[in-house]
This record gives sequence, structure tokens and C-alpha cells, in this order.
Amino acid sequence: MPCKGYRNGERGIMTRIVLTGNHAAAYAVKLSRPDVISAYPITPQTSVIEKLSEFVENGELNVRFIRVESEHSAMAAVLGAASVGARVYTATSSQGLLYMYEVCWWAAGARLPIVMGVVTRAIAPPWSIWTDHNDILTLRDSGWIILFASDVQEVFDLTIQAYKIAETVNLPVAVGWDAFVVSHTIEPLDILSQEEVDKFLPKKKVSEHMLKVEDPFSLGNLTYPEDYMEFRYDMWKAQKKALDVISSVDEEYGELSGRRYGGTVEKNMCDDADMVLFIMGAASGDAIEAAALLRRKGLKVGVCRIRSMRPFPSDEVIKIAENVKIIGTFDRDISLGCGGIIGVEVRAAIKERGLDVPVIEYIGGIGGRDLRVQDFVEIFNDMDKLSRKGVRFERRWIGLKEEFEEGEINV
Amino acid sequence: MSRILKIIPYEEYILRGNAACPGCGAELTLRYVLKALGPKTIMVIPACCTSVIAGPYPRTAFNVPVLHIAFAASAAAASGIAEAVEQLGKKNVNVVVWAGDGGTVDIGLQALSGAAERNHNLFYICYDNEAYMNTGIQKSGSTPYGAWTTTTPTGNKGFKKDLPTIMKAHGVPYIATLNPAFPNDILAKINKAKKIRGFKYFHALSPCPPGWRFDSSMTIEVARMAVLTGMWILYEWDRGIFRLTGPSRGLLNKEKRKHVIEYLKLQGRFRHISKEDIEILQEYIDNKWEEIKSLIGRSK
Amino acid sequence: MDRVYAPISRPTIGSVGKTGIWRSLKPVINYDKCTGCFLCWMYCPEGTIDATDGRVSIDYDYCKGCGICANVCPVKAIEMVREE
Repeated sequence: MPCKGYRNGERGIMTRIVLTGNHAAAYAVKLSRPDVISAYPITPQTSVIEKLSEFVENGELNVRFIRVESEHSAMAAVLGAASVGARVYTATSSQGLLYMYEVCWWAAGARLPIVMGVVTRAIAPPWSIWTDHNDILTLRDSGWIILFASDVQEVFDLTIQAYKIAETVNLPVAVGWDAFVVSHTIEPLDILSQEEVDKFLPKKKVSEHMLKVEDPFSLGNLTYPEDYMEFRYDMWKAQKKALDVISSVDEEYGELSGRRYGGTVEKNMCDDADMVLFIMGAASGDAIEAAALLRRKGLKVGVCRIRSMRPFPSDEVIKIAENVKIIGTFDRDISLGCGGIIGVEVRAAIKERGLDVPVIEYIGGIGGRDLRVQDFVEIFNDMDKLSRKGVRFERRWIGLKEEFEEGEINV
Repeated sequence: MSRILKIIPYEEYILRGNAACPGCGAELTLRYVLKALGPKTIMVIPACCTSVIAGPYPRTAFNVPVLHIAFAASAAAASGIAEAVEQLGKKNVNVVVWAGDGGTVDIGLQALSGAAERNHNLFYICYDNEAYMNTGIQKSGSTPYGAWTTTTPTGNKGFKKDLPTIMKAHGVPYIATLNPAFPNDILAKINKAKKIRGFKYFHALSPCPPGWRFDSSMTIEVARMAVLTGMWILYEWDRGIFRLTGPSRGLLNKEKRKHVIEYLKLQGRFRHISKEDIEILQEYIDNKWEEIKSLIGRSK
Repeated sequence: MDRVYAPISRPTIGSVGKTGIWRSLKPVINYDKCTGCFLCWMYCPEGTIDATDGRVSIDYDYCKGCGICANVCPVKAIEMVREE
């Protein structure tokens, strides 16, 4: 049970407790007052649903909990519930996300404000339970909003914010966090009270397109070519709107909790930086530490942490690109046959505006491979070296075993 | 004034002028299912003939709310709706899955099994036209022995999955078979099931003129003959008690049943069936009825 | 909350148009023979037979000409005739 903490002059009594990332998500979901939860267990998501089950069984959470027989059914069940106006939650990882993939597209296309936690985990084969980001990024074409937390506090904050974002733009929201590094690591965090969350997330308004017996209509009929495209276009517009909604929700939540992250990106030491590294997830903490170290040595480096991968924060990327000598991108994922996903999209955003900043793409941490502060120190030093040499583009895999060097300069 | 109108509700919930084939057995069955369930009904329809019968955006043929859903997911989506409507305080809303045989016995079986095991308060109705008709008559797990389909051109070598028995093994409170030639039986069973809380499974024979190869005017004759030969058995498992219904009640005695050839000869999909295979089918039917004999009056 | 352009379809008679044009054979009721049993109304899959006046009539805009009504009529009061 949370214990009352210190009195904060701005907010009154705050509650400060220690939780794992998964439990923080469970607390956030409980406070958001869902009507239906449905999930299927998969490592490392299990403690999310176990904690939620505990809340249900001890009467703290009044919700219908459907213990489905697969992830495909988990997404279908929350989709069904959301289609009649319920607030819902599900969570999964890796193989589970891929199994429910078809239904995820259905959820987005049906414009249902579903919130899903994704404890990011590498995809088999070979079997792995450790973190990388390929699983959640498979959703990037589907219309899902993809937000990513970097620590336990942010898992809690983002999950609550996700409901507000989802219900404003009528698109489902996936909140990602790293397996074990965040999901199973205990950190201190502030949790909001039920009254505060109720003020932030008022009772869900039932959208016009949700099924009701008073006004019978169908959702999802066969649609001919002359009509289909506009549905996708409306989702496109909703994603664009989400860029502003994510920022305004972050600001509103900041008023309430005292914590603002910066919206679609969180900029660390970027204002006067010559070199900025774009990165998503828990490893950003190490990158920020590395940047602080190098700043003390006089190197003007910054870290721009991506919080929203969809909608992609092109404008923020441009703002940084306009003011730096070189950009680095760090991908804890790989789009095989193409490149690091963040790398490719950052380059595309820069090109959209006709800018010509060099971008160095770094790939690492895949399958849960450990990332240390030292790795990011070496990355920044590499960027510095390449910048002086006038290199426009390079792609580097970090930490490959020696026999795999292939002539690429490994950091 | 016909008595029929005193028994059968007049309101139509399937609007005419939809994309169903002329003589569609499924459409006729759904017409009665919805008459029995009424307007406070939410339907879940996976990929199947009915998802096309509805007609294209921005119009639809169904005068009840419908969620179209992915092929394998109907029972799971309906589970979510069933829980949500109660949690949201909407009283007495019927939640019904209307799915084809493919979406029930094959790709939908996992979700169906899960939903049945969890005993959600919903109706699951499988309309069985005994093949993947919507995609052009391919064999499904519900295709009978000897039937032509585009993927079994020399006749299906397997036997139908017995879904009602599989549902019985899940222990759900109500299971019944339906047939469009006997609409009053459909109404009676759905009305009885409305009063039962829990998972209610129905398996409806749906003769299909283009898929089974018979003239569209013969749908009712084919459906009726399925029952009179004993190929299709009308029964219910009502909270553990087994009962035959309709004409099936009088067919325990083999002499009362017509030979299966009377049913097969009406359909082009059995045109090339061999004499041996006909006898295999007759034996299959007789064995099923022997099993039925031991079920009569059995509790739980 | 903005309006969502979601794929919603509304119940409409004739969702695929006037399906009467599908017919090659048309059911014609001989009211001298018709006994008003309404079996045709009961078995019409499309629900195109109206029985409100105490007498059946067919909505030819939507009747697909399947022939079930003629097949089930116990007094053979319905004849399937070629469309012109």
C-alpha cells in the first residue's frame, strides 16, 4: 500500500512509493477506471496482469477481467468492449503482439481508443525474453499511436495520459517500456490520487461511432475502392492532430503532477548542442549520462529522447537539425533490409524539409544486449570524429562480436 | 387470418434487397434468429457470407447494431461486448455471434473454445453451409464425407467435426441444432435460450444453392430432407438434459428414417458419389442415431 | 472530441440496389387458389413477401426469383413465370 510522503507546497500531499515498471502500469490502469481488461500472459508482461488481478480480487478495482485464451482474442475482446463504449486495457510483448497483429489493425481502423501496454521484447527465433524495440515498432504503419517510456515514473504517467490522448483523437495508443530494465526494476515514483486522476480523465464520453441498440448501425462493412481511402485519410489527420494532443496532454498533466516531459520528445542539453543523439527507451538514461560526462570535457552534445514514435515528431527533428553540425540516431531495433527505424525516419524528416545535416545511424542493444554509458561516450566521440571528417552518412552496429566486424569500423 | 402470424413476430430485421444469393438458407435462418432476439441485440459477424450479404458502405441490410470483425476473432470480440454491456449497466441486451462454419470449426475454434469455457452470457450461432462458401466453395472442417468442393474435387475424404458435441464437452448450459425448414423450432429454441444465462451454442444447417449445387427453389426441400433422412438431427442440450425436437423426435427407429440417398440425390455436390461411399454415409448416420438412443433423457 | 470519420453503415432497404433485376423467373400469385396460409411469407429468405393486409403480396423491386415460395405453397398457387 502506498504510504503518504512529504507535503509539496504546490500539490499538497504526494504519494511516493517504489514499484517495478509493470506494477506502475497496473496502478495507472487502476486509477484510470477501465470497464473491461483482457490479457494473455507472456513474459515479461505477466506482473502487469497479475497485479491487476490482485486489485480486482481484493475489491480495489471494479472491472470485468477477461482471461482470454490467446493474445489475438485479448485484442478482440477489448476491441469488442470498446466498440460499445467501454474504457479498456490490455498488455503484451513480442510474440503476443505479433499474434494479435491482425486485430491491432482492426482496432485502429475501427477508431477505438484502446490503451495497450507493450513490454518490449525481442522477437523469436531464437527465443529471447530481453528487450529490444522491434515488436512495438511493427505497429508503426497501423494507425496506432506509439508512445515510449524510459523509466518507471514515465510508465505510470504515460499510461494515464494515453487514455486522454486515445479518447481525444479516437485512435488506439500503445505505451512501450523496456523488458526487465524497466518492467522488473524497482524505482521510486510519485503516484497520483484517485481524485487527481478523475479530474484529469473525466468519465469517458461515448463517441458517435460506438455501437448502441437505440440507433442500429454496422461498423466495418465491405467498402468499395471509391470509398475506402478516405477512412485512412481521416486516420492520417488524426495522427497529425495527435502531435498537438500529446503535447497539450503532457502540459495539462504537468500542471497536475508537476512533471512535464516535453511532449513528443524530451530534449536534454540540446539547446546549444553541436551534436545530438536521437534515442528511444531506457537506454536514453545512459546516453544522457554520457552526454553530461562529455559536456564536462567541453564537447557540446545533447540527447533528444523520442517519446512518440507515431505520430513521428518530424517538426521537433527539424528544429534540432537546423541547429546542429551532426545528428546521431540510436536504434534498439533493425528494419532488416533497410536500416535502423529511427535512423531512417529521422533522415526522411530532415529531407522533407530539404535540410542536409549528416546523420549517423547506430544500431545496438538488440536482443537485450547490454548498453553502458561507455558505449554512448564512444558513440558521441565517433560522431565528433565523423563530423570533422565531413562524413555525410554512416551506419554502425555497436558491440558486434569480433568475428562479425566485416570491415566496418566498430566503435 | 393465418395462425402463422400469431406465432411468428412480423418485424423484419434483415432488410430486403441485400447481397444474399437467391434461396440462401443462412439468410432465412438469420431472419428467424433476429425475429426471436428482437431489436435489443448486438451482432458480431466475422468474415463469412453474411459479412458480404450485409451490402457495402454506406448501407447495410441489418437493422440491429453489428460489429464486423476478423475471421478468427468473433467469439472473443463478443466476449468483450458481453462483459462491457453488463459493466456499463445496459440491461437485457442480447449479444450474438453469427458465424459461418469456417469461422467456427476451423479458424474460429480457439476463440470459441475460450469463450465457451469462460461461459460468457452470449449466443453463438454457427450457420453451417458446410464449406468456405464466401471464398468460392472450398472444403472446411464441416464439409461432409463425399461432398464435392473446389479443394476436394473427387469428394471429401473426412467427416464433419461435431461442434455441438465439442460444446457439450465444454459444459455450456444450452446447445441446439437448427434448420431453416423448421422456423418454429428456431423461434422456440432461441426464446428458451433467452431465459438462460451463460454461453448458448447453436448449430444451424444452411443449405446453399450455389455451393451444394441445387436449384434455388429447393432450399426448404433439401433442408427438410436432411432431417427426414436423419443426416441432420434436431435436438437440444438444455442444462444437461438431451431432447430431440421437431420431426427428429420420431426418427429413432431406423425404418422411420429415409435412406440417405433421398438427401444426396437432391444435391449436385454428391453427384459423383460412389455406391460404397453412400453406404459409408448411411452407416455414419445410423451410428450417430445409436449414440442418440443412449443420450435420450440423460441428465448432465 | 472531433467527429470521427469511421466506417459506419446504416440499415437500408436495397443495400445492394433493386435486387429484383436479378430475376429470370418471377413468382406470380393466383389469388383464386391462395388460401392465405402464409407459408410463402414464412419461407421467403429475403422477406419480400408482405402479409399485412391479410393477403400476401410480393415486392417485385427486391424479389430475387429464388422460387422457394412456389415450391412450398401447399396449393400450388404461385407460378414461376419467365421475366420479359
